[in-house]
Amino acid sequence: MPKAKVNGKEVEFEPGMTVLQVAELAGEEIPRFCYHERLSIAGNCRMCLVEVKPGPPKPQASCALPAAENQEIFTNTPMVKKARQGVMEFLLVNHPLDCPICDQGGECDLQDEAMGYGRAGSRYDENKRAVEEKFMGPLVKTVMTRCIQCTRCVRFITEVAGEPEIGLLNRGENAEISTYLQKAVTSELSGNLVDLCPVGALTSKPYAFNARPWELTKTETVDVMDALGSAIRVDARGPAVLRVLPRLNDEINEEWISDKTRHAVDGLARQRLDQPYVKIDGRLRPATWGQAFQAIAERIKAAKPERMGLIAGDLQDAESMKAALDLFRKLGVASTDCRQDGSKLGHGPRESWLFNSTLAGLEEADALMIIGANPRLEAPVLNARIRKRWLTGKLLVGVIGEQADLTYGYNYLGDGPEAIKRFLDHGPIQKEKPAFLIGQGALSRPDGAEILNLIGRAAKALTVVKDGWNGFNVLHTAASRVAGLDMGFVPAEGGKDAATMLDAAEAGEMDLVYLLGADEIDTNKVAKTFVVYQGSHGDAGASVADVILPGAAYTEKTGIYVNTEGRAQIAERVVFPKGEAKEDWTILRALSETLGQTLPYDSLAELRGALIAAHPTFGHIDHAPGHSSASQFAVNKIGVAGEVASTPFASPIKDFYLTNPIARASVTMAECSKSRALSLGLLAAE
Amino acid sequence: MVGILEDKDRIFTNLYGLQDPGLEGAKARGCWNATREILQQGSGWIIDNMKASGLRGRGGAGFSTGLKWSFMPKEVGARPHYLVVNADESEPGTCKDREILRHDPHLLIEGCLIASFSMQAHAAYIYLRGEYVREREVLEAAVREAYEAKLIGKDNVHGWDFDLYVHHGAGAYICGEETALLESLEGKKGQPRLKPPFPAGAGLYGCPTTVNNVESIAVAGTILRRGAAWFAGIGRANNTGTKLMCVSGHVNRPCNVEEAMSIPLKQLLEEHCGGVRGGWGNLKAIIPGGSSVPMIPAEQCETALMDFDSLRELRSGLGTAAVIVMDKSTDLIRAIARLSYFYKHESCGQCTPCREGTGWMWRVMERMVRGEAEMSEIDLLLDVTTQVEGHTICALGDAAAWPIQGLFRHFRGEVEERITAYRRGRPHIQGHTLAAE
Repeated sequence: MPKAKVNGKEVEFEPGMTVLQVAELAGEEIPRFCYHERLSIAGNCRMCLVEVKPGPPKPQASCALPAAENQEIFTNTPMVKKARQGVMEFLLVNHPLDCPICDQGGECDLQDEAMGYGRAGSRYDENKRAVEEKFMGPLVKTVMTRCIQCTRCVRFITEVAGEPEIGLLNRGENAEISTYLQKAVTSELSGNLVDLCPVGALTSKPYAFNARPWELTKTETVDVMDALGSAIRVDARGPAVLRVLPRLNDEINEEWISDKTRHAVDGLARQRLDQPYVKIDGRLRPATWGQAFQAIAERIKAAKPERMGLIAGDLQDAESMKAALDLFRKLGVASTDCRQDGSKLGHGPRESWLFNSTLAGLEEADALMIIGANPRLEAPVLNARIRKRWLTGKLLVGVIGEQADLTYGYNYLGDGPEAIKRFLDHGPIQKEKPAFLIGQGALSRPDGAEILNLIGRAAKALTVVKDGWNGFNVLHTAASRVAGLDMGFVPAEGGKDAATMLDAAEAGEMDLVYLLGADEIDTNKVAKTFVVYQGSHGDAGASVADVILPGAAYTEKTGIYVNTEGRAQIAERVVFPKGEAKEDWTILRALSETLGQTLPYDSLAELRGALIAAHPTFGHIDHAPGHSSASQFAVNKIGVAGEVASTPFASPIKDFYLTNPIARASVTMAECSKSRALSLGLLAAE
Repeated sequence: MVGILEDKDRIFTNLYGLQDPGLEGAKARGCWNATREILQQGSGWIIDNMKASGLRGRGGAGFSTGLKWSFMPKEVGARPHYLVVNADESEPGTCKDREILRHDPHLLIEGCLIASFSMQAHAAYIYLRGEYVREREVLEAAVREAYEAKLIGKDNVHGWDFDLYVHHGAGAYICGEETALLESLEGKKGQPRLKPPFPAGAGLYGCPTTVNNVESIAVAGTILRRGAAWFAGIGRANNTGTKLMCVSGHVNRPCNVEEAMSIPLKQLLEEHCGGVRGGWGNLKAIIPGGSSVPMIPAEQCETALMDFDSLRELRSGLGTAAVIVMDKSTDLIRAIARLSYFYKHESCGQCTPCREGTGWMWRVMERMVRGEAEMSEIDLLLDVTTQVEGHTICALGDAAAWPIQGLFRHFRGEVEERITAYRRGRPHIQGHTLAAE
């Protein structure tokens, strides 16, 4: 490896690294505004100037300069310091002195660097420039006078998000960042603009003037808004969750999160179930925990096990699902299901419901067939990764299903199962690492199991699974789904699945349906049945419930979530549950005692121990199985062989912003949904 | 005889447009003569001769043209090579390329063919300044003529397939910077690129590209026809050949003239321009190379030679050899303030020092024109110029800083006097800028 000297200290570096990266290897911090690891290099802020020998006798922008063998890099000479002070002064001459009222204050790159390179006073006696605010939609607030024209936002929206809607208008000192024609940014990743902006020009609109960064308690946890399990940091002040920021995790979300992940949190403070309710004379009335449990116990004791059912929702932690499943199995109930959308996954090998190539592994794929999925809506961060791979020119994309704008080009192969059939006798394709991406749109239908078999056989024909490479990828939309499937939260022998339970309930053949945070079902069907709803929000499930048990939202309990790759991750508690609400597993543990079927664990640790003992994969924290079992995976044997209907695939997500109870309770998400509908022409403008 | 250069040594024999700019006229003046034979000598011979002629780029930076051509990859790889001719002549004071474009376009077209051949490029682009509408008409007509006469194009008489495209810019000064020009040519916003990579490695559409000034390309044919030694024999060592010089300002007969390099500045003015208005003694200062080089005062004009090295010694530059003459009636501060406004107006806004610095410098200069400034602001202004200079992506930052530095280097006293005069009779509080009345 080539060597270079940084301030006299010798370091080895990878060929192709820039001077800035080499200096960082040597432990030197280089100030920067425009440079960002995951964006193209602009070199326009000029803050990262260093002195380089051999080279011209003037400072060089280290972010854009390739490092060379035997180069001497100086980051602390008087020339460098003078140059950076000069640049800092220029950045500040037209930057308003409004740090006290700026939301970026306390976490502002410009503020931080000004401490190192700024002057004590200003030498600029002229009037400062003022720039008109721009409209960028419901999530991004602009104070464009603060903008330092680093163009990170332009590069992010163009390169990563794939929606080139922001640009630099005009020239010279009149240059300003703007969206085209003052339109809202339509990307599902627009919240990341706020993180990228090194100053307070783009700030979070819903969070405006809410809090200062030093007032917040910061908790690192994982996201549940989609099945990726993105790494997030949740900031809370007292009992209120105020904002969500991404954390770095190259395996999953790099450093982006979707707008739903970031901005649905105001839903955590609205529509909350904060005490138990029991329906008396047709009306839900506040009750004590004891009264609620008693009401349930009476019903359960009177009901036959085959006339009871349990459906788990999309945001549940593994522990509460395990406790619920154990309790209902003890009661002899076979009708249990975690697939409220009607998906047919959950039988056969574990690989058949995982994202086997792993999310990061998709960047090695050279061909990708998207079947019945719209990754842009189902997992926007993954979609950005597919786009990133596609931009290298090494990924061929095909789509079967909805013909949506995915921000990258693809070959449209058809809209339904017929299009898959023609690959059954297709020879191996001339690609090293082909992959499938199978959405719930293909599997959540009555013939889902047959379609799974069909896709499996096509995967076999196209050598999607081979030694050392498993490109068979199922993209889930529910954060709890893989954990549920892993622990067998599907109907036992003779049990009904979610759809059958609901049909039976409609026909009056069910005595009790227990909804564990399940809201995405047709609640009209359970109108005649005794419904217990355990969950955090007063959403669809609670509206038909006879007994409501207030549970904890994902920020209020610690629990294991397994993402679509099969990666178990632990979410941490940020704040305590609201009011009377309890962590979900404790509710089930208490209920079990009332029912005389006490569950054999008294603490979360014991419950986890039981879970891991029964299903060891839950113990592999932050580990995705990936390709390890590719050679044993008989992909052509999965699902059920049989006839499939020719109905086109439809994405399960109709409105990206309103997919779960928390998002539906969020005002911000409602605004986003409206703004999107307006931009798509679905709503008439007022 | 007037000046140094003899008529027989002139390259641009139709500089004043007295003859036919079309193909017939050009051929009569020797253009397109023996072009095929030149190409037959091979690209190595052409580049060697260009190097031997000592031709330094005529766009202002003065980099050896032959050397620049030799930087192109020797073999054409997966990506084609391109020649791009920079005809975005927008430097205040400069109007030399314009005369070539409208009066001797065939010299340029021939030069394009030769240069492209030597760099194995099959296509060349001429990026024309937005305001040059008539020039474009003449140039396009000439290109059409050349195509029709099979001098260029597919299967032309020279045996080197070659297409020439004229691209009309939109009138931005910054698009004369070679990488901004390439961006603009690709249809993007004209903002300079970071270097490296240099255009010879990754230029137009990421392909190896050479960007040359119009004059550098237009003289190539004649140099190769008459021999490198002939060209190298004109002027001083390291500053050889003939050069189009544009004299404007306070002379009796402002003109464009082709002269030998290293002609004494005083001789140029006296013999070609009828001298400074009001006599040599009335001279105050001269900007010798277009608006972006520092001015030199009258005393230095006595001895200055019009070449790269002599003017560099005087801490100025030859630039485009656009001589702007200012006599004693000139308000130098106001003149430089106007140039500052120009650079502030033309800054692309991409990088910080230039975007913020040009505006700052212009505003301070405007106040200094009125004298409405603190004495200490002179040093502040000079400090700001050094904070811009050398810290930007392209050379526009330098170009904005130098005229101001030149002014204060030689005429600081005049500014101080202006400030003192403004204060006379006005109340003054230490440390506070005076309010305008």
